[in-house]
Amino acid sequence: MSDRPLLELRGVSMAFGGLRCLDGLDLHVGEGEIVSVIGPNGAGKTTLFNLITGVYEPTGGDILFEGRSIKGLPPHRITQLGIARTFQTLRLFLNMSVRENVMAAAYGHTKAGVFRSMLRTPGMRREEKEIRELAEKRLAFFGDRLVGYRWDQPAYSLSYANRRRLEIARATATNPKLLLLDEPAAGMNPVETREITELIAKLREEGGYTILVIEHDMHVVEGISDRVVALDHGVKIAEGSFEEVATDPRVIEAYLGARAVERT
Amino acid sequence: MSEGPAIGRDEWVARADEIIERHRLLGLADRVPGWARLLAFVVAVAAIPLITDDGYVNSVVFDTLVFCLLALGLNVAVGWGGLLDLGYIAFFGFGAYTYAILSSDKFGLHLTSPLVLVIVLVLGALLGFLVGLPSWRLVGDYLAIVTLFAYQIFISVVTNGHDLFGVDLTGGVNGISNLDPFDVFGFELPVSHRGIFNSNYVYVALVLFVAVFGALHLINHSRIGRAWRALREDTLAAELMGMPTDWLKLLAFAFGASVAAMTGSLFASLKIGVFPETFSLTLLITVYAMLILGGVGSQTGAVLGAVVVYVFLEALRNADVSGWVFYLAVVLALLYLLRPRWMVGVVLAATVAFGFVAHAVAGAIDESWTAGAPPDAGAVTRALDVWVAIPASPGDAKPVAYVVLIALLLVSTVVTGVWRYALLVPTLYLAAFVWETVLAPQPDVTRFALLGALLVGIMITRPWGILGERRVEIV
Repeated sequence: MSDRPLLELRGVSMAFGGLRCLDGLDLHVGEGEIVSVIGPNGAGKTTLFNLITGVYEPTGGDILFEGRSIKGLPPHRITQLGIARTFQTLRLFLNMSVRENVMAAAYGHTKAGVFRSMLRTPGMRREEKEIRELAEKRLAFFGDRLVGYRWDQPAYSLSYANRRRLEIARATATNPKLLLLDEPAAGMNPVETREITELIAKLREEGGYTILVIEHDMHVVEGISDRVVALDHGVKIAEGSFEEVATDPRVIEAYLGARAVERT
Repeated sequence: MSEGPAIGRDEWVARADEIIERHRLLGLADRVPGWARLLAFVVAVAAIPLITDDGYVNSVVFDTLVFCLLALGLNVAVGWGGLLDLGYIAFFGFGAYTYAILSSDKFGLHLTSPLVLVIVLVLGALLGFLVGLPSWRLVGDYLAIVTLFAYQIFISVVTNGHDLFGVDLTGGVNGISNLDPFDVFGFELPVSHRGIFNSNYVYVALVLFVAVFGALHLINHSRIGRAWRALREDTLAAELMGMPTDWLKLLAFAFGASVAAMTGSLFASLKIGVFPETFSLTLLITVYAMLILGGVGSQTGAVLGAVVVYVFLEALRNADVSGWVFYLAVVLALLYLLRPRWMVGVVLAATVAFGFVAHAVAGAIDESWTAGAPPDAGAVTRALDVWVAIPASPGDAKPVAYVVLIALLLVSTVVTGVWRYALLVPTLYLAAFVWETVLAPQPDVTRFALLGALLVGIMITRPWGILGERRVEIV
């Protein structure tokens, strides 16, 4: 791990009118790390992701990726720099095929323009073949679930768990350095949840991605995290290893209320 | 990761398309490769001028190709980009006016047509960028309204363009007349030979059609086409997956605008002049109807829709043809609505029997009540004349029959059981009466009503159009 973090948030604030969703948040993610963000509903976790990916521009503070500020860049530029995400509420291209969903995400690092596409130049054909192979490789990451006959099926025909997998495959097709996973285990059954836990570790090992993940399932958080950050009301209330954060009185209070803390 | 073979496999889902396919009436069309379909279409169209010298037929073929081109262009922004563009006809008009300005006596410019097409291609794209700009902030109905205003601005400009900062650019309501015919570097293509439509225009249109169809097909099967469809499905997700959606939206508008503008130039080259009222909202709605009927998002569908709608509208100018279409539609509707099927035969037989009685009674009271069928009427009317009482001078009977027919149709939606069948008999009889006395004599109104009925029928059975992609919205 280099001394310069891959992603660094310096005093990031976000307010919608008078509603402060995030307030002076400092956060850093080192290269190769898996960091989990936890916190009760409404703590500002997804807003954090929306700020990093450029959906919103922070009202205060700065966001640095590989040492340069990405604040104010349009989302597609940020993705092209190497940050990709999945969505808590799935946002697949439902009426496109499984393979096309992944191929579409290769847009940012491919080049064929209008004229080359219409002329079908050799370079364009080669690139198109590479995109196709990339998509099939990314889909093969999930075993036999999203390969073969599934390639040409529309995304809407997939089961919920497979849709979550396809979201991850699509995000990795942008060739990111940092992967933001927004509740990858939401709505999954215990077997699938265990599988997701293994999968996130495998994503780092084989893909070399640095991962920032929002997760509610504490088994998943425990299983994957190098470091855990707890948010409540837009403020960081705890940071450290899973054990440290899980036993922190402020975290327990945020989740269970003040009386629960008194009983411990 | 568990590697169990049963996990993650769903055989029914795997076979879903196959199952759907088997139940599709038009599934056959999907299995023919695209180039073969295009070739078949081109050969068929190219053969028409060789088979017939009929100037009317050939001019209908030319106009059909113009509409095919318009539908193809509209499909880019609407079908692929998912951007509801109601300003589309402005691009068509822009192309026509640009041809008129660059290739007529108006300013003494007589540029060769291929050069005009290139200029119009570029200017059309720029105009598309401009009209597409609101799509950065607006989607859906909001974008539709704003682009509709863009169209309105175009109409205002050309209507008042006879005094545009002191310059007479568009000739105002009088338009621009005496346009040059299409010419390729001095080789002129006269609009007509001895008053008969010059069928070479069909080939000019066909060349442009193949070029546009091919170019759009290739762009659709590239990363740009994929990105268009991705932004149609979910613009935010597309943006976050690295696609510059603002640029892609403008590109979709520009492609559609270029195609429409070039089509406009081609259209103008054949006409005596260009006038503001040519580029009406009716034209816009017709092109939309073509695209929706054929299938939004499908190039083959756009072409099929244009051919079906335009040929349908032309054919319905003939009262006998429209009669066939009307009665066929009634029988098809009965087949669709009545169960068991043999009830259709019973109802129709009862209607004819009822008709003979009514005809005899009416004839007995007054001879003129059954003497309305024109002597030169087509086969349909002659077959009906023996049992449908067509008065020589329907007069007041027309509006009364029309209102009673609508009342009967409304009542028949409320009553049930045997009464419904009983009510159908006078309803059908009255429908035939109204058709022969009110609707058939006014083909210009009736053909659009029938087109509407066709659209409604297809939208009920196939909401995604004849060849459209079935769209599913499950969140």
